[in-house]
Amino acid sequence: MQDQGKIESVRQAKEQWEDTTLRNTLERWPERCESFITTSSEPVERLYTPLDIADLDYERDLSFPGQYPFTRGVHPTMYRGRLWTMRMFAGFGSAEETNARYKYLLAHGETGLSVAFDFPTLYGYDTDHPLAAGEFGRCGVAISCLADMEILFDGIPVDEITTSMTINGPAAVIWAMYIAAAEKRGIPMGKLGGTIQNDILKEYIAQKSWLLPPEPSMRLIVDTFVFGSKYLPKWNTISISGYHIREAGSTAAQELAFTLADGLAYVQAAIERGLDVDSFAPRLSFFFNAHNDFFEEIAKYRAARRIWAREMKERFQAKDPRSWWMRFHTQTAGCSLTAQQPENNIVRTAIQALAAVLGGTQSLHTNSMDEALALPSELAVRVALRTQQIIAHESGVVNSVDPLAGSYLIESLTNRLEAQAYEYFDKIEALGGVIPAIKQGFFQREIAASAYRYQREIEERQRVVVGVNEHVSDEPLSIPLLKMDPEGERRQRERLARLCRERDNALLQERLAALRQAAQGDENMMPHILGAVRAHATLGEVCDVLREVFGEYRETAII
Amino acid sequence: MAETKIRVLIAKPGLDGHDRGAKVVARALRDAGMEVIYIGLRQTPEMIVEAALQEDVDVVGLSILSGAHMAIVPRVIHLLEEYGLSNVAVFLGGIIPDEDVLVLRELGVRGIYGPGTFLDDIVQEIRREVTAH
Repeated sequence: MQDQGKIESVRQAKEQWEDTTLRNTLERWPERCESFITTSSEPVERLYTPLDIADLDYERDLSFPGQYPFTRGVHPTMYRGRLWTMRMFAGFGSAEETNARYKYLLAHGETGLSVAFDFPTLYGYDTDHPLAAGEFGRCGVAISCLADMEILFDGIPVDEITTSMTINGPAAVIWAMYIAAAEKRGIPMGKLGGTIQNDILKEYIAQKSWLLPPEPSMRLIVDTFVFGSKYLPKWNTISISGYHIREAGSTAAQELAFTLADGLAYVQAAIERGLDVDSFAPRLSFFFNAHNDFFEEIAKYRAARRIWAREMKERFQAKDPRSWWMRFHTQTAGCSLTAQQPENNIVRTAIQALAAVLGGTQSLHTNSMDEALALPSELAVRVALRTQQIIAHESGVVNSVDPLAGSYLIESLTNRLEAQAYEYFDKIEALGGVIPAIKQGFFQREIAASAYRYQREIEERQRVVVGVNEHVSDEPLSIPLLKMDPEGERRQRERLARLCRERDNALLQERLAALRQAAQGDENMMPHILGAVRAHATLGEVCDVLREVFGEYRETAII
Repeated sequence: MAETKIRVLIAKPGLDGHDRGAKVVARALRDAGMEVIYIGLRQTPEMIVEAALQEDVDVVGLSILSGAHMAIVPRVIHLLEEYGLSNVAVFLGGIIPDEDVLVLRELGVRGIYGPGTFLDDIVQEIRREVTAH
């Protein structure tokens, strides 16, 4: 809280400045536009002063890093202690090709792994399923069985490095494969560290790769919370994700609000199952986008930490400070990349990555320059990784914790985003909560409207996209694009067919029957999924049991 | 003279969940006065052609960002012919490599739109293609 007399004096001085210095300038040199807006189409003022944060109370609203409400970061020393994990999202074609890419990235200094799966895998279909036609390895690596998973991590020390897996509907199955593959190498599950995305709510909202309807999906997710807290204490059993919400076209405030609303819904669901909040909350993690608008993004991360800490402490009465802190991964904005003049994307990504670091991210993926055209080439992904390394070692921004705190602009934007998030929480509450709001198409409509407005702003040139609506060039494309091994799909199909012939099919049927029984009752499904996977059940076979018991989700199409 | 509205079916074939582009284009076509039927995600070529028949559309717009276009688009065109709907104009949006663009054009896809395309260009081209045929 600032001194009221001082604030009044600044107010008067500002009015005087506006009437004299500013007015004279505006008369002679008008500004370039009538109004200035952020990437989220929010107004930005000409100048921020102490007047904009007159109510800010340092100890209450910001405090110190590593202390409630964690606005300034979750660790007291932040990047002075340890840099963020440089975790490049990667996966394409067959398990062999992706394994080679992981080794390449590790050799170039990345410090964590992150798996991208192809669409059939994301939907719980094996490579040989009719709906998988043409999709093999296109948007990520195809993993249908334990043997594929073993090849994916062959020669990689999974007991030393953490792995994040972007998998949602079938997250429990893929996680079981990771656990079983490590076991076969003699690494017990308790030693494994990493993350499964496992965030189904944002699938219905934005990413659209689901398996089951919302209610059984929530049950399966809570099953993984319970299993993880018992057996894999170093594993993040969920990564509550705003990334895809933003990519689908939302504003920063919508990304923030919808992600946190999802997070609160998971906490509520787990508590309703009778779990103690402090038994699972420390393993909840988050995932945000880093879009173009530098200050808006930094403010978003800071607001996210403050809101989460408050809700966990006050609404859910968590006692363990680790339940209050929000740890998150960040990925730069894929939707900001242009197919035109792709080299420009290196610069966009660098600015976005810098925002994530100044916002206090725990891990970071930087997109490659060619991603509006294809999956990244080795050259492109190396430049993207080097971007992080340059920020870490050359820019100097890591030397002080939360260096932008106290900026009138940053604190004011942080407050505004926080207030906007609470407005959305109220709207979602009024619709009956997150799942009813999904079923009513609320999130989908909000996001579609923002996406459309953004595109219109580009077309009407209210927004300049360099290389697209300004500074256009028709020089031919000059960067090499990735080509996939045409033999990968055949090899993997053969492996799958061989596996199905050679495994103990009687044991497999027994394990699948046990899973079916657990699914029909109320037993935790995770041990049974692991049992089935150990007996070489394929991804599709396990998911078929779940689909059979719970049915499939169907979306009402909304534009 | 009152013009009849151009009827457009927009679909997301295959397993690709990236529906931002499809929805934005659908809205733009609707705002431009066309009748837009958006049938959403996870459509097979059979479902799309069936819907095109039922809805009696002039245009089918497909959006594919997963890279599965070469497995899907030729099949849609083939089925349209089989159903006697070869007069329906097919447009495609997504991430389509140049070499595939040539093949798909050859097969009869009227317009192919990548990232950075302007909505107004799509509107104009659809109008032109539909009125010319």
